[in-house]
Amino acid sequence: MKFVKFQHTSNLRKKTVLLTSIIILLLLIIAIAGIVINPELYEPNYESKKLVPSFTHPFGTDYLGRDMFYRSIKGLSTSILIGMLAATVSAFMALFLGLLAASVGGWVDQVVSYFVDLFMGVPHMVLLMLISFMLGGGLKGVVVGIALTHWPNLTRVIRSEVMEVRNAHYVLASRKFGASKIQVAIRHIVPHVMPQFIIGLILLFPHAILHEAGLTFLGFGLPVDAPAMGIILSEALKNIATGMWWLAFFPGAMLVIVVMLFDKLGEHVKLLLDPSSAQE
Amino acid sequence: MKPILKHMIKTLFRMILLLIGVSILTFILVISSPIDPIDAYLGAETNVSQEQRDNVAEHWGLNKSPVERYLTWVTNLLHGDMGMSITYQMPVMQILITRFLASLTLMSVAWLLSGVLGFILGVLSGAMEGSAFDKGVKIFCFVLSSTPSFWIGLLLLMLFSVQLGWFPIGFSVPIGKLSSEVTFLERVHHLILPAFTLSITGISNMVLHTRQKIIDVLNTDYVLFAKARGENKWTIIKRHGLRNIAFPAITLQFASFSELFGGSVLAENIFSYPGLGSALSAAGRKGDLPLLLGIALCSAIFVFVGNLIANLLYGIFNPQIREGGESR
Repeated sequence: MKFVKFQHTSNLRKKTVLLTSIIILLLLIIAIAGIVINPELYEPNYESKKLVPSFTHPFGTDYLGRDMFYRSIKGLSTSILIGMLAATVSAFMALFLGLLAASVGGWVDQVVSYFVDLFMGVPHMVLLMLISFMLGGGLKGVVVGIALTHWPNLTRVIRSEVMEVRNAHYVLASRKFGASKIQVAIRHIVPHVMPQFIIGLILLFPHAILHEAGLTFLGFGLPVDAPAMGIILSEALKNIATGMWWLAFFPGAMLVIVVMLFDKLGEHVKLLLDPSSAQE
Repeated sequence: MKPILKHMIKTLFRMILLLIGVSILTFILVISSPIDPIDAYLGAETNVSQEQRDNVAEHWGLNKSPVERYLTWVTNLLHGDMGMSITYQMPVMQILITRFLASLTLMSVAWLLSGVLGFILGVLSGAMEGSAFDKGVKIFCFVLSSTPSFWIGLLLLMLFSVQLGWFPIGFSVPIGKLSSEVTFLERVHHLILPAFTLSITGISNMVLHTRQKIIDVLNTDYVLFAKARGENKWTIIKRHGLRNIAFPAITLQFASFSELFGGSVLAENIFSYPGLGSALSAAGRKGDLPLLLGIALCSAIFVFVGNLIANLLYGIFNPQIREGGESR
């Protein structure tokens, strides 16, 4: 039975590559569509207020007559871009700190570990609100907040990866040939942790996007006039008594789909970069 | 018994060090905000002279160095004085106590719900690995882990409160009733939707963890031997599975306090539930520094207690630590 299964899945890798490309393409289309979209498409149009979803307005319109479909696309695009920016900054922080902690060791390692514990000791949402509050909210607050709260987990992963190869023969040999610690780190250790880094980076995106939406939803993130996911949903909450269910349902569902796509992307990239994880 | 004690003392010491760090971190974050505490305190009264402002600043110790201010704050904190909240015009301590109790009710109901439900679903789907039920549960968890809990709350509110009218739209008690008149059932009635929304956050983690553990246990040699003895699957799970997976699961559940608190901030805001979460966003909007500081510290202590319990349980249930061997 197992043998048959093996035969059947022999071109799994090709399939995974194909799926990964499709997901990346879909996400790119949403992100770019949001940038190039004509702002008139989601501007208030007082002649078509509070419309139920139809063919002309697939997601309906809100109390100002804004088309929810185009607004959702714009919001998702904003969310994806902010999420990617913040997650990338965060992942590079993790890479740097993880490398530093493991290759220098000693008290540096203990300090980094202490900060990892520290930042995990306050709930993310609370820390995000505090950081955003400190920076006076807005785009900067969101990006810095997410970047500063999401690095600890990945730092731990990278630190333990580096620990694994720190005493490997090729590293020791290179040291014996006179390469400095920094040279060894860049030439031999970074390539080793790269797969984990990329996987960790992609898996940070969904978290970053959800936290961005949550923070904006609470009113501590992007300004109220920005067409962001959190703003759309918090407007839906304010107008909940009007019974316009489509204001919350469709944008939220789109958000879930985008987050799921990122999750799947991470999973597939993990299979490609780290084939042994397929057995798990 | 001695190694356990040693482990406990070590854990306790590390945790206290952490708590000090958290208090310094939140203090730095809050005092470096662009909002001037004197402006925030005086509010709309703009005809206050510079001299009076300086008096207030001196009275609060704002002209001292941050280190001194921190030490003053900590000393007052240890005496139970956390300052006055501008938003609610009440001592912060009092707000924290009443609001924390409300939040605690909500969080513990959600915590139990997600733990029990997640555990049962995880055991069932792990035991029936590969079945349609297992696949269904896996897809369910996958979708759930990508879903923002505030969106679920929004949908639940729309469906059950607005469209069907089964549940109230918000608050923990009926509006306009004295707290002494509120019955237990009314409280429960107001708690159901927020608690359900909040439990969504933790459930998928629990299911996937338990499922994987059950599968691991079922692939071990001792289970194979039990099968050879003629035990059926559910007896095996009862005798060998549950014992092995229950404690890691409980530990995991205690370690999830951070997400639980984060989720409660969102859930409380959607349902206007008067707990710490809604107070936090109110304090943030008004620039209410003492309250912000108090809530941040409170949340850190909450997470800290969860992690402490998780760590202690880990020490107690892990024979390697119990019998003195170095763990890890």
